Amino acid sequence: MIRLFKVKEKQKELAEANGGSPLKRQSAGELRLHKDMSELNLPKSCAISFPNGKDDLMNFEVSIKPDEGYYTGGKFLFSFEVSPIYPHDAPKVKCKTKVYHPNIDLEGNVCLNILREDWKPVLNINTIVYGLYHLFTEPNHEDPLNHDAAAVLRDNPKMFESNVRRAMTGGYVGQTLFPRCI
Amino acid sequence: MVESTVQQSRSRDLDKLLLRPGNLVGPNFEPGPGLREDLKEYVRVLVVGAGGLGCELLKDLALSGFREIEVIDMDRIEVSNLNRQFLFRLEDVGKPKAEVAARRVMQRVAGVNIVPHFCRIEDKELDFYSNFSIIALGLDSIEARSYINSVACSFLEYDADDKPQEETVKPMVDGGTEGFQGHARVIMPGITPCFECTIWLFPPQVKFPLCTLAETPRTAAHCIEYAHLIKWDEVHSGEAFDPDDPEHMKWVYDEANKRAELFGIPGVTLSLTQGVVKNIIPAIASTNAIISAACALETLKIASGCSKTLSNYLTYNGAEGLHTKVTEFVRDKDCLVCGPGVLIELDASVTLQKFIELLEEHPKLLLSKASIAHRGKNLYMQAPPVLEEMTRSNLSKSLYDLMGKIPKDVVHATGTTNKNDKKTSVLRKLRVVFKGVDEITDMETAAGGA
Repeated sequence: MIRLFKVKEKQKELAEANGGSPLKRQSAGELRLHKDMSELNLPKSCAISFPNGKDDLMNFEVSIKPDEGYYTGGKFLFSFEVSPIYPHDAPKVKCKTKVYHPNIDLEGNVCLNILREDWKPVLNINTIVYGLYHLFTEPNHEDPLNHDAAAVLRDNPKMFESNVRRAMTGGYVGQTLFPRCI
Repeated sequence: MVESTVQQSRSRDLDKLLLRPGNLVGPNFEPGPGLREDLKEYVRVLVVGAGGLGCELLKDLALSGFREIEVIDMDRIEVSNLNRQFLFRLEDVGKPKAEVAARRVMQRVAGVNIVPHFCRIEDKELDFYSNFSIIALGLDSIEARSYINSVACSFLEYDADDKPQEETVKPMVDGGTEGFQGHARVIMPGITPCFECTIWLFPPQVKFPLCTLAETPRTAAHCIEYAHLIKWDEVHSGEAFDPDDPEHMKWVYDEANKRAELFGIPGVTLSLTQGVVKNIIPAIASTNAIISAACALETLKIASGCSKTLSNYLTYNGAEGLHTKVTEFVRDKDCLVCGPGVLIELDASVTLQKFIELLEEHPKLLLSKASIAHRGKNLYMQAPPVLEEMTRSNLSKSLYDLMGKIPKDVVHATGTTNKNDKKTSVLRKLRVVFKGVDEITDMETAAGGA
């Protein structure tokens, strides 16, 4: 290709600093996310928002208001951080609302298989939101991140229910204070 | 006889490649001392990364007759680099890799000019990258490769027949190693598969379930990931973990050790901790040398035409005996990054609304309910409702204005299309060209002048 390089170098010398450089480029991850977003179909109880405006899809928040199960009436906010090589990598999801939940720890880490070990590039944002919603309607004690909550759910579902209520209305469960989220 | 009249350079073997004709040479190969000089004069190579592969690449390229080289790397030299990143010495620890590597090669190879850039690849403008004839990659991450690939592909233009325009092809040579294994590949955007066409070649990273880490750790790696992903946040509220901070790493190591003791799990060491957290596989100097040599040779072949280039992906495995193989991967014709997309010619007056309607009727697209993005700007989103509302006001504006009044550019559209009576959702690349825009600009200028 040396001929081509030669021609190009000479052109450059002639047209030194002839502006018109292209603007921002889009990563492959952004493009795929654009597709995910434009076909997003969330349950009524979920809402999405874009804190950085319409042109930053890579960082967004989803709020979930479960309409059945232990967590009915609560409102839980999740932050999503999507990598430029999405969907090769799963989005990073954290729960911003402090919650008494067997599968979510007090730091907001979420134990959902499709966020880590079972992530596949064919999955999308919709699947994740449904997965998160499912965690509230069907919390499970088999994948505990909050060890205490999981044990209570397993051994004493009635007490678990009242603990969840107490936490959601703003109060202590054990040594931990939960802010109101109803 | 011919050779005796030509003055030999100090690189005798290079002369053999560049001064003599051959049967397996590339198209338009013109051997001779002129070629040798042109390589020095007109070929500008960018080396991305000045680590294990980068050090080798810089040395190899400098000794292969290239004179104008630049190197970009954001890292500083660490003690653990010194066993294989042979351009660095103990007294260099803490200094920028790019700067030291450039200086050392220039000291050893007379006449070569290497410009270092101590910064992130994202910090450079597109213009910076467009300046180079060839980009050689010595990287260790998918993200960085994907980034450079998208930059190189952004220069690519297609003609009206969807053929790549040769002068817009920015060749890349990519090397990668993991322990005893490695690959070298040649990427000619528009001609051979780009990085994104074959991203599936990279296996997904192993990620342990968080609940396993929290409840039932079984391996040393589980203990390390527990300290790194769960314990860190618990203790350092808000402070982000920095894998390049030795104190942070030591903290994770200590915590991992405590956890390993608690569960009676052996094998947590500081180097394993670094390996797990940074996802590092021990680097082997000879693998880097072999892969870099292949990359440097391909760079020379692309530039000079002295041989046909690798077609297009070489794998090397030195773990047991030696196995090496070349595979010719094929392009993804619908690749969003390097593919031609669908050419659409428009009047500058067409509104975004009208454009979206046109896509529905376009015979090659039949795309209904399209959402449109242009260079990171979402011009219109059909969903979710919050984005629809934020972008609705654009519908009545002209696409030409929304795209910043440039005569042609790429936009991306997502929508649904009917395939065998089934609705499927697709993401398409569109090459929008505005008709008669140049004339309009001229007239405006003329009018302004009068």
